[in-house]
Amino acid sequence: MEAAKSPRELIVSVSPHVKSEDSVAKIMWTVNLSLLPAFAGSVYFFGWRALYVTALCIVAALFGEWLVEKLTSRPMTLSDGSAFLTGLLLGMNLPPSSPAYIAIIGSLVAVMVAKQMFGGLGFNIFNPALMGRAFVLITWPRAMTTWTAPVASLGAVDAQTTATPLGLLKEEGLHKLLEVFGSKSALYMHLFVGNRAGSLGETSVLLLLIGAAILLLKRYITWHIPLSFVATVGVLTWIFGTNPETGGLALFGGDPLIHLMSGGLILGAFFMATDYVTVPTIKAGQVIFGVGCGILTVIIRLWGGFPEGVMFSILLMNCFAPLIDRRMRSRIFGYRKVEAA
Amino acid sequence: MALATFKGGIHPPGRKELSKAHPIERAKPPKQVAVPLSQHIGAPCKPVVKPGDTVKLGQVVGEAEAFVSAPVHASVSGKVRAIAEYPNPMGRLVPCVVIESDGEDAWVDLVEDADYLSLSPERIKEKIRQAGIVGMGGATFPTAVKLSPPKEKPVDVVMLNGAECEPYLTADYRLMMERPGEVLEGLKILMRALGVKKGFVGIEDNKPDAVEAMREAAASLADVEVCPLEVKYPQGAEKMLIKAITGREVPNKGGLPMDVGVVVQNVGTALAIHNAVRYGKPLVERVVTVTGRGVAEPRNLMVRVGTMVSEVIEQCGGLTEAAKVISGGPMMGFALSTLEMPVTKGTSGLLALTEGEVVHARDFKPCIRCGRCVDICPMGLMPSMLSVLSEAGQYEECKDYNLFDCFECGSCAYVCPSKRPIVQFVRLAKSMTKPG
Repeated sequence: MEAAKSPRELIVSVSPHVKSEDSVAKIMWTVNLSLLPAFAGSVYFFGWRALYVTALCIVAALFGEWLVEKLTSRPMTLSDGSAFLTGLLLGMNLPPSSPAYIAIIGSLVAVMVAKQMFGGLGFNIFNPALMGRAFVLITWPRAMTTWTAPVASLGAVDAQTTATPLGLLKEEGLHKLLEVFGSKSALYMHLFVGNRAGSLGETSVLLLLIGAAILLLKRYITWHIPLSFVATVGVLTWIFGTNPETGGLALFGGDPLIHLMSGGLILGAFFMATDYVTVPTIKAGQVIFGVGCGILTVIIRLWGGFPEGVMFSILLMNCFAPLIDRRMRSRIFGYRKVEAA
Repeated sequence: MALATFKGGIHPPGRKELSKAHPIERAKPPKQVAVPLSQHIGAPCKPVVKPGDTVKLGQVVGEAEAFVSAPVHASVSGKVRAIAEYPNPMGRLVPCVVIESDGEDAWVDLVEDADYLSLSPERIKEKIRQAGIVGMGGATFPTAVKLSPPKEKPVDVVMLNGAECEPYLTADYRLMMERPGEVLEGLKILMRALGVKKGFVGIEDNKPDAVEAMREAAASLADVEVCPLEVKYPQGAEKMLIKAITGREVPNKGGLPMDVGVVVQNVGTALAIHNAVRYGKPLVERVVTVTGRGVAEPRNLMVRVGTMVSEVIEQCGGLTEAAKVISGGPMMGFALSTLEMPVTKGTSGLLALTEGEVVHARDFKPCIRCGRCVDICPMGLMPSMLSVLSEAGQYEECKDYNLFDCFECGSCAYVCPSKRPIVQFVRLAKSMTKPG
């Protein structure tokens, strides 16, 4: 038995005196891990170039984070996994043929401008990876819309240039898409598995959903944003999508499955639109956010200048997140009773 | 059947196994006690003894003058040595009547009332008031005041709070296991005092044997119901308990249980009420759970009010590698700066945490708006906004986010992955602004 401690040795701090084991780093690294299946898929579908592009993005993102924190004497946050995640997500959002300068500059813009210039993790208004991508898309539109066909073999070096399914759908119509993929079921299958042209990590619905399931099970994300986002795109593309028979617009004649499984919708809805910092915190507000993302995506895809609209829709809705949070308060305990009295 | 509960809340590890198997033991009679003259919310007492006086066990040593107050009594017989200041768990110095025990434990004359259940409500309240009874769950609100609701707020339900939702604590659990009959007598006295027909006992479902013991004891009472509750912190908060059992919501902005016709008392308070009304015994002792990995032998002890914390811990084998000693539970208790501090009527537990268990406040990070705190806040607040605004010094803006509806249960700070001291930010904002 030891003598009672002297007062000086006792720690005095405010309640609660116990805390959960969750931490920012644990959450961020789990999200990184949940992207592993889709990342592995990107290497399988597009060859080692996928690894090269993604690794460049991650290294540049970590460097950008380190540099800003070094220059501003802020605490180092490299180990919390958030800069790594930004790099990884940006890599997954780039075309396989992206030149090195696009990967590097995109990452530096994402971390140094979109994240650190706003004050670092927790203070940024826009999703950093998407900001980085928007920047390089606008700056180098040619390189950013040059797509390579999947090779599905690790040895491939020279990949063939092609269009994405959404590009084909938009420019040449559904019949062209069916022509390229053979049949509707083959088209669905390729879209679901991921054997198609597109950004590195966005092509495989299957592998992305495996990662999303991990996050949902760990309760790191909830259904509110992904489901409302995806459902909105599904319903609107069914109502306003291209009719397979006529090739033109016919109400309630669209094929929502093609829209749900192509482009960056699944990657965006489950991994980008769920970024805590840039979306509303109240669940009801999150549903509004998801529906807003869905509406904007469909508008851009069907009537806008780009075949794909997920990135711009999320960035646009990021602007509204603080506003939505201000309007959508949760019900305060005991409040209604007072109003009634 | 789904167990009664409320919306929100958290599930911290219970850790009750450390002390729950230890029956309540009487602590060694202290050689000296320091009875604090302020042990409750409300006006402090005036000392009515002076150094050199001889007092008996149970004799009034501090008189309550204000309405919201409760007298304090000698917890040993012996000689008054001094009126000296000791810190209370919140770190404030409080004048105490220091009594040196003569080892006799000679009680004042106690008048037993065999017919205590047919006393008039006024007489019951008077006896409770004279016995110095305060809420023993920790908030220490004078009980007699709670039992005197204004006419325009009729009370139709009395509730005993046996939830004991704070991790580690087992004092109320042991009382319900060992003395369920007396606790229920206390409830009957309360129902009589308030003229109420319906009584409830709420117990978290992680104590099925306590539910069973109380049910058995209440079997013959048609108007008393024992309710198992979902295991969820803060199930024992008054407003949450009322919501869980009756579905009624105490209004916000300073609403009280009586606004929805309910009076809640802790099970320990019920036992004290029984002792006071039936045997005339003032409140001079209480059950304290001494627990945590930092103490050698966790126990439940019946401790005299005014006993030094150091002495109580010594009886449990002393501290082993404790880094933090808390009065109360880990969620809402106060970290002590010294162990030379008297046990009060509100000391439900003494918890010793080891270095590895302590989360240091200096490690906190910016809010990442993950929304966990928003999802679990039992009051439906946005703790994330309160902490961010308070951190930025925007205290007035905190009121837009219902600052004063926060009762500081600490659930938000518990779940925060950035380890933000949200409760501290809330207290800061509260102290820098005025309600309204």
